[in-house]
Amino acid sequence: MLYRETGQIKTDYKSDMAMFPIAQDRWFIYGCVAVAVIGLPLFASSYIIEAFLIPILIWSLAALSLNMLLGYCGQLSLGHGAFMAVGAYAAYNFATRIPELNIFIVFILAGLCAAAVSVLFGLPSMRIKGFYLAVSTLAAQFVIEWVFSTVTWFSGDNAMGTVDTPAIVIFGYKLESSIDLYMFCLVINIVLFVLAKNLVRGSVGRSWMAIRDMDVAASVIGIRLLPAKLLAFGVSGFYAGVAGAMYAFVYLKACDITSFDLFQSFNILFMVIIGGMGSVMGAYFGAAFILLLPIVLNITFQTFFATSGFAGLVSNIEHMVFGGLIMFFLIVEPLGLARLWSTAKEKLRLWPFPH
Amino acid sequence: MTATEEIQSAADQRISDEVLMSVRNIRLSFGGVKALRDVSFDIAKGEIRAIIGPNGAGKTSMLNVINGVYHPQEGTIFYKGKTGLMKPHEAATKGISRTFQNLALFRGMTTLDNIMTGRNMKIKRNFLWQALRWGPAQREESENREAVERVIGFLEIESIRKTPVGRLPYGLQKRVELGRALAAEPELLLLDEPMSGMNVEEKEDMCRFILDVNDEFGTTICLIEHDMSVVMDISDRVVVLDYGSKIADDTPNEVRANQAVIDAYLGVSH
Ligand SMILES: Nc1ncnc2c1ncn2[C@@H]1O[C@H](COP(=O)(O)OP(=O)(O)O)[C@@H](O)[C@H]1O
Ligand SMILES: [Mg+2]
Repeated sequence: MLYRETGQIKTDYKSDMAMFPIAQDRWFIYGCVAVAVIGLPLFASSYIIEAFLIPILIWSLAALSLNMLLGYCGQLSLGHGAFMAVGAYAAYNFATRIPELNIFIVFILAGLCAAAVSVLFGLPSMRIKGFYLAVSTLAAQFVIEWVFSTVTWFSGDNAMGTVDTPAIVIFGYKLESSIDLYMFCLVINIVLFVLAKNLVRGSVGRSWMAIRDMDVAASVIGIRLLPAKLLAFGVSGFYAGVAGAMYAFVYLKACDITSFDLFQSFNILFMVIIGGMGSVMGAYFGAAFILLLPIVLNITFQTFFATSGFAGLVSNIEHMVFGGLIMFFLIVEPLGLARLWSTAKEKLRLWPFPH
Repeated sequence: MTATEEIQSAADQRISDEVLMSVRNIRLSFGGVKALRDVSFDIAKGEIRAIIGPNGAGKTSMLNVINGVYHPQEGTIFYKGKTGLMKPHEAATKGISRTFQNLALFRGMTTLDNIMTGRNMKIKRNFLWQALRWGPAQREESENREAVERVIGFLEIESIRKTPVGRLPYGLQKRVELGRALAAEPELLLLDEPMSGMNVEEKEDMCRFILDVNDEFGTTICLIEHDMSVVMDISDRVVVLDYGSKIADDTPNEVRANQAVIDAYLGVSH
């Protein structure tokens, strides 16, 4: 009887169309935000913040980026690692070449650069879909990796293609402690999540889902397919670019093209699949799951196998379990953890009278 | 005056003489298959126009040509004072909505979202406004929601508003698809076998909705239907296609008495 819609009568469409129309959901979200803003900085160690919380804030944005494109608009991309790289290198160049730029402006410009590149590689979606589009975005991954590792201008003429990013300074205040950096990421994360949530529940999101579900019907009701798809590529690229800039400036503290390879593109894809396609909340679930799973598996298997002389097997078994879980989700629950979460809520709604 | 004559004269009064659409000399083929052979007919403003014919006669292809899904090799279309073929989204913006023979709902979305999507082209605020969802963008969304609620009320589907359409029974899905088409406030509504696969009760409801749409909103309707008794009941004029050719174009009663039509339906060889 804790999770109910009854008694919450909506008197106008505006409140029915609110971001979280059910009060309990709203409180849950407020609770999460309160914990993230107040609880975690107070109680989490700087190791936890730097090794887990900041990566989750960054990768959930990356997952959200691909989720808008794949989960909402139905266009698969295997180039998101590279779009993050575009954001990272663009941010590096804006920040070092025009040092007086505010860091938020730098990140917005970085996002716009990645958006432009993403739209460019999204152009083939005019003609091709599914598997063939995936191959074309795979080409984006390789082309962009190649560009950043050969054109040293992007990395300040550093022959290695790797370069340290400048410290983040906001209005003269230099972000140094892990809590500073965490708060910086949290603010960007929350703002971009709210904007994304608004976008996907408005007419833009509906046009994306229409294209995903049935593109002929979408065009027959007046949706122009190419502009809508390119908008999805653009918005998705923007988010990937900002996530890439955050990854470089906050986590790596360097721009390094090997950190944005195909493996990362696949990681983002797995986050979307496991978190839940077409769910904004799913991006957090997916990112947390993919980032935490290897650690949990590692600890589990170390304790079991360390003594039995099979230590070499451990990392292989981890990979197998990881792959198995992804297959499990693809087959059993293609809508991912977000779906399990809403099923649980539905059960709770009936509890304690299931009939 | 006999009863049928009375019905007919009532129909004649309702239909204006004004031609809303004129389909001219359409030829369409897929490789060797000639789907439409030199088909021409008019749709008068305000009428319910039926297209009938045996399976594979080219009925669905005709609707696809009208709203630009198929491109005919020859022929053109006159619509609202302009001559020329349209692209699907153009047809939509010029007031042509349609439903499909095999459901074409957006399966991952709820009833409400499906019908809201039918009004997407009415939304003028760009994506930046929508991302902020503030002021004018919020107001625009609310206005569209109100219009959609009127459609939901009209079709009596309030109780399934928030249900994902994939979970609905077939008959209700067809109704939601009609709702999505109506949400655009069309001038010309194309319905491809709106009653196929329905039970008697559902068919009656659907007939009533079609007549009400025509009556209350003055929407011109062009529908394909297999059930002859339904066609006789609700349509003003009937086009009969057979093997891609028009073999009759008349009032329901005349068509029913037409020997060529009877032969086509009985499968008399050509
Ligand atoms: N997209 C298509 N590709 C190839 N042939 C088609 C296509 N659409 C229709 N046809 C052919 O055109 C003919 C008419 O089909 P259709 O318009 O669906 O008939 P109806 O709706 O009257 O049953 C059929 O022979 C069909 O096989
Ligand atoms: Mg057909």
